Amino acid sequence: MNNQYDMLSPEALRKIDREVAKYPADQKQSAVMAALVIAQDEKGWLPKETIAAVASYLGMAPIAAYEVASFYNMYDLQPVGKYKLTVCTNLPCALSGGVHAADYVKEKLGIDFNETTADGKFTLKEGECMGACGDAPVMLVNNKRMCSFMLPEQIDKLLAECE
Amino acid sequence: MALIATINPLLTTGWFKGDAGWSLKDYEARGGYAQLKRILSTKMTQDDLIAEVKKSVLRGRGGAGFPTGLKWSFMPKAAPEKYVVCNTDEGEPGTFKDRDLMRFDPHSVIEGMIIAGYAVGAKLGYNYIHGEIFEIYQRFEEALDQARAAGYLGNNILGSDFSFDLFAHHGWGAYICGEETGLLESIEGKKGQPRYKPPFPANFGLYGKPTTINNTETFAAIPFILGMGGEAYLNLGKPNNGGTKLFSVSGHVNRPGNYEVPMGTPFAKLLEMAGGMRGGRKLKAVIPGGSSAPVLPADVMMDCTMDYDSIAKAGSMLGSGAVIVMDETVCMVKALERLSYFYYEESCGQCTPCREGSGWLYRVVHRIEHGEGRAEDLDLLNRVTDNMMGKTICALADAAAFPVRSFIKHFKSEFEYHIENKKCLVDPEIQRAGSGFFKVGAA
Repeated sequence: MNNQYDMLSPEALRKIDREVAKYPADQKQSAVMAALVIAQDEKGWLPKETIAAVASYLGMAPIAAYEVASFYNMYDLQPVGKYKLTVCTNLPCALSGGVHAADYVKEKLGIDFNETTADGKFTLKEGECMGACGDAPVMLVNNKRMCSFMLPEQIDKLLAECE
Repeated sequence: MALIATINPLLTTGWFKGDAGWSLKDYEARGGYAQLKRILSTKMTQDDLIAEVKKSVLRGRGGAGFPTGLKWSFMPKAAPEKYVVCNTDEGEPGTFKDRDLMRFDPHSVIEGMIIAGYAVGAKLGYNYIHGEIFEIYQRFEEALDQARAAGYLGNNILGSDFSFDLFAHHGWGAYICGEETGLLESIEGKKGQPRYKPPFPANFGLYGKPTTINNTETFAAIPFILGMGGEAYLNLGKPNNGGTKLFSVSGHVNRPGNYEVPMGTPFAKLLEMAGGMRGGRKLKAVIPGGSSAPVLPADVMMDCTMDYDSIAKAGSMLGSGAVIVMDETVCMVKALERLSYFYYEESCGQCTPCREGSGWLYRVVHRIEHGEGRAEDLDLLNRVTDNMMGKTICALADAAAFPVRSFIKHFKSEFEYHIENKKCLVDPEIQRAGSGFFKVGAA
């Protein structure tokens, strides 16, 4: 199929075009990381067909886009809950409660890492260093919103905010 | 985290207003873009510019500490197509300085990159930004728009014959892309697997063209160096360790955060600036340069000054300036287990010694931590690291090996106690209290 990228919305394609314009004309593939993020934002996760659609739009082989999607940690190749919470448990965070914060979330939601609540609302992930160790414990919501100093009260507040 | 304390602020002069001081007009009000204007209006030669940077003995702030001016001088003059790339893929556990630099003073990075472009003759640049800091990426995009609208980026900058444009590339979660050639592969839209060196990026970089790649803090220092002169900058620090440096202090201190101090500042002073030890507890160990740097016991660290040479002499590395402070509540086996898991998780998989070795290291430390260690395990760990170090394309294998070797070297008795007694030397309740997550007295 040549035209399978029509599964992406015109708005998504416009955003991808903006990314493509950052790179030399003969280097469209450079936009694949951003394009996959745009597609993931739109679809909620990245089914193989969506990855293929992105590849087709950028004129790459589907496998080349799949290699990228499966290499970087924040692409979701499986469906996730409405809110994906990623808690950093790496050593600097752990020294200031990162592991305890993750345990607290697990207990509150009744799920372990890489699980989704039965109502499909929350997915919990263990994160690697987010480059914010001074703000530990830190958590990412849906890859893009960083939450700092996540002690029990702040975690309660965040979970209550997620509708 | 806004700035708490500095000695001789340079890089952090723009941080004092927190999130209210990052925009173009604030940067210009504190003298921003004046150096770019001076270079363009005086038509400074590339050689003079590079000579000034060399004089400052600015060394790469990303971890390797390579002299920046020298790196710039490696760029071939005649090549028609060249690139400048900034490494803001800050994922080394313990490091969080570039995030704050980009948050509070993005224009200093932009000006530094434009000047670098002028010095090496590049017309296009990219700033590769760590995946997990989307809000910072957005701010940088906004700062780029401001700079472009003001004529600092684009064709014929400020009416000169110099043209340079700059774009942000957002990562998406891969520690290995902090390795410069992995980062270049990633910008090219591929898996971030490092390349063989040589050829170095100055000859074969982005899209196979000559490329200068520096850390965010390195670029941010450039306008300040040119403003005060290379020699004055050098004299802020100590010989062979020019200038000031941002240190990210994390772990068991009262005020974790970024601190800018002159190179050569005593570690004890930095610790004091960070509010001292949390709860007044005793310092046990410090990883002075990010998780890949060898750990140092408290007494060794207390004698160090914060510069490349002093930390190297003590047997570790200044690295990216990430100071991970651990007190007496830490179980060193558990601490190492977490770091080893990180390298196992982040190994890109292309070199066998790293792909397999990092898994071996994690699994063996894991079984020691979980009471299943064997008498021969410490020798086994050291043998595995022997088979990893220096045997791979990039330094991730070494980075995985250094913590293992240094933790065993300095805290061997704790590992032996774990193996013999199948439990930890540090009481679990004491460990639990150390993080400060639970209120005192709470269950």
